[in-house]
Amino acid sequence: MGLLDKKYQDSNIIIVSLEKALNWARKSSLFYMQFGLACCAIEMMAAAASRYDLDRFGVIPRSSPRQADVMIVAGTVTMKMAPRIKRLYEQMAEPRYVISMGSCSNCGGPYWEHGYHVLKGVDRIIPVDVYVPGCPPRPEALLQGFLHLQDKIMNESLSEGGQSTPVVVEADKDGNISVKNADETDTHQNADIKFPQQDAKQKPAG
Amino acid sequence: MFKEKGPDVTFSQPVEEADGLKTQEMIINMGPQHPSTHGVLRVELTLDGEIVTRAVPHIGYLHRCFEKHCEAMNEYPKVIPYVDRMDYVAAMNNEHGFAIAMEQLMEIELNDRVEHIRVIMAELQRIASHLLAVGTFGLDIGAFTPFLYCFSEREKILDIFEKASGARLLYNYIWIGGLMNDVPDDFKTDVSSFVKTFRPKIKELNDLLSNNKIFLVRTANVGVLPEKVAINYGISGPSLRGSGVKWDLRRDDPYSIYDRFEFDVVVGKGEVGTLGDCWDRYIVRVREMEESLKIIEQALESMPDEGDVHESIPKKIRPPAGEIYSRTETPRGELGYYVISDKSTSPYRVKARAPSFVNLSVLPAISVGAMIADMVAIIGSIDIVLGEVDR
Repeated sequence: MGLLDKKYQDSNIIIVSLEKALNWARKSSLFYMQFGLACCAIEMMAAAASRYDLDRFGVIPRSSPRQADVMIVAGTVTMKMAPRIKRLYEQMAEPRYVISMGSCSNCGGPYWEHGYHVLKGVDRIIPVDVYVPGCPPRPEALLQGFLHLQDKIMNESLSEGGQSTPVVVEADKDGNISVKNADETDTHQNADIKFPQQDAKQKPAG
Repeated sequence: MFKEKGPDVTFSQPVEEADGLKTQEMIINMGPQHPSTHGVLRVELTLDGEIVTRAVPHIGYLHRCFEKHCEAMNEYPKVIPYVDRMDYVAAMNNEHGFAIAMEQLMEIELNDRVEHIRVIMAELQRIASHLLAVGTFGLDIGAFTPFLYCFSEREKILDIFEKASGARLLYNYIWIGGLMNDVPDDFKTDVSSFVKTFRPKIKELNDLLSNNKIFLVRTANVGVLPEKVAINYGISGPSLRGSGVKWDLRRDDPYSIYDRFEFDVVVGKGEVGTLGDCWDRYIVRVREMEESLKIIEQALESMPDEGDVHESIPKKIRPPAGEIYSRTETPRGELGYYVISDKSTSPYRVKARAPSFVNLSVLPAISVGAMIADMVAIIGSIDIVLGEVDR
C-alpha cells in the first residue's frame, strides 16, 4: 500500500483519458468461460490451480457465457461441437475476446490430415484474438496468451473505425497536465530487442 | 454451414393432474457446455419436478477417430501420440497398454530396468489421475479447496515426468520395445522424496474432504451401483471396486511385472451409506493412491541400475501377421487393445476397449430416481474422460 499512498499524496486527482481507464478496467478483470473441450482443458485447469494461479491477473473462471469476457477454446473442435461453440460465443456479452488454445483449435493439430470430423481451426467460425501454440500448451504459454490479450485490450479505441493513437494524460505534482504518446511511456514496447535476422539484414550487401 | 438448433428446454404435454394442479415432465439438456460434465458430455434429462425419471447420455462431441488414425499412420510408433490423446489424464497408462499389446504380438522380451521404470511411471500416473479425479469431484460437489491441494501434489508428479520425457501431459515416453530415453540420474531420489511427502497429504485429504459432513451428505447413498448391475454392464476399475467386487487386472491377470509386488485391491465397504454409492467409488480412489505408493516403493527398491532402455526396440516394427487382444488396468478400468497386423509397417485395424465408454453406459441405470443436483455427483464419481469415451 505504501507505494500507492506515496505516489498520489501530493495531488489526489488522477486525470486519465476515458479510453485508457476503460481499457485498464477491462484488461484487469478478464473473466474466462470455464469450458474445456479436450486435453488442453486439463492444462487450463492446471493454469487456474495452485502453482500457476491465473487469479493473480484478475482472470477468474465463470461457468456461464453471460458472465464471461473471454472464451478459451481449449481443445479439439469437432464438427458436432462447432455450432455449440459459435452459439456460446454469441451468448457472451460484448466486449468479448477469444483465446484459441492449442494446435487443435488453431489449425486442427494432429487431426489435421486424417480428421474428417475436426474443424480445421476455430477461427473458421468465431474471430480469434490470441493463438496459443502447443499440444498441449504449457500453463505458462496460456499466461503469456493472457498477457498478449491484455496488451491488445490496452490499445483499443473508443472511436469508430481505425485505431486512434493511444494517448496518456499525466498530471505532475504541481497540477500541470501533459499529454504524451503511449509509445513514449510504454517501456515494454520501447525495449531494445535485437533479433539475429534483423542484424543480418542490416549488413551491407557483398 | 452450421444450422442453429431450437431452444434447449422443451416442455411436453401435461402428464398428470393432481388436486387441480397441472404437472408436466420437463426435458432438459445437461451439457455439452456444463462445468461439471468433465468435458463435452451431453445428458438428456427427463425431470418430474426435481426427480430424474430418465437420463440419456449423448456422446460424440469429442470424436477424434483414434482408430482411423491408427490405420492411416504409416508406422507403428506414430500411433503412440494418438494413444496419449485418448485418455489424456492418464497418458502413461495408455502408452503402457499399447506397448504391451504390440510386444506380445512381436514377442519382444524386455529387460528388468525398462519394466521397473514403466511400472513406476504407470503408478505415478495413476496417482496423478486419481488426484485429478478426486479434486474435480470435490469441485463438482462444491468444495474448492481440495482441488487446489490435489493439483499442487499433481504438479510434483508432472515434474518427474517432465524431467524424464520433456512433456507435462502427453509424453510419448513408452515406446514399443522400450522407452524414449533413460530416466535422469536423480530419478530415484525424486520419486522417493515424492513418496515420502505424499503419504501425509493423503491423510490431509481425508481430513479435508472424505470425512467432511457436507461431502458425506452429498455422496453417501447417492447413485448406488449394486454389484450385479456393475458386473452386467461390464464396469471396471475403481467404479467396479466401489461396488465391492475385488477385481483388478494387476492382480487377477498380471501383466508387465505386477506379479512381483505386494499390494491390496481396495474395495468399497459401504462405510457411510449403501455399498456402491458415490462415496465408496470416491474412497476407493483415495485408498488406491496409497497402494500405488506401496508398488512404487517396492519397484524403486528392486530397480536395477544397469540396463539399456533401447535394447529391445526393433529397428523396423513389422509384426508378423496375426491379431492380439491385450488388456491393462488404467486408472479408469480395463483398457483393451485389439490389434490386427497384416505384416506391414502399419496396423490393419486397431480397436480400443475404452473403460470410460463402458462405465458411462451405466449412467442411465443408476441415475433414475436421483435428484437433479445429484447428477453432478454421479457423473463425477464414475470418473469419465470424454477423450476416451468418444475416442
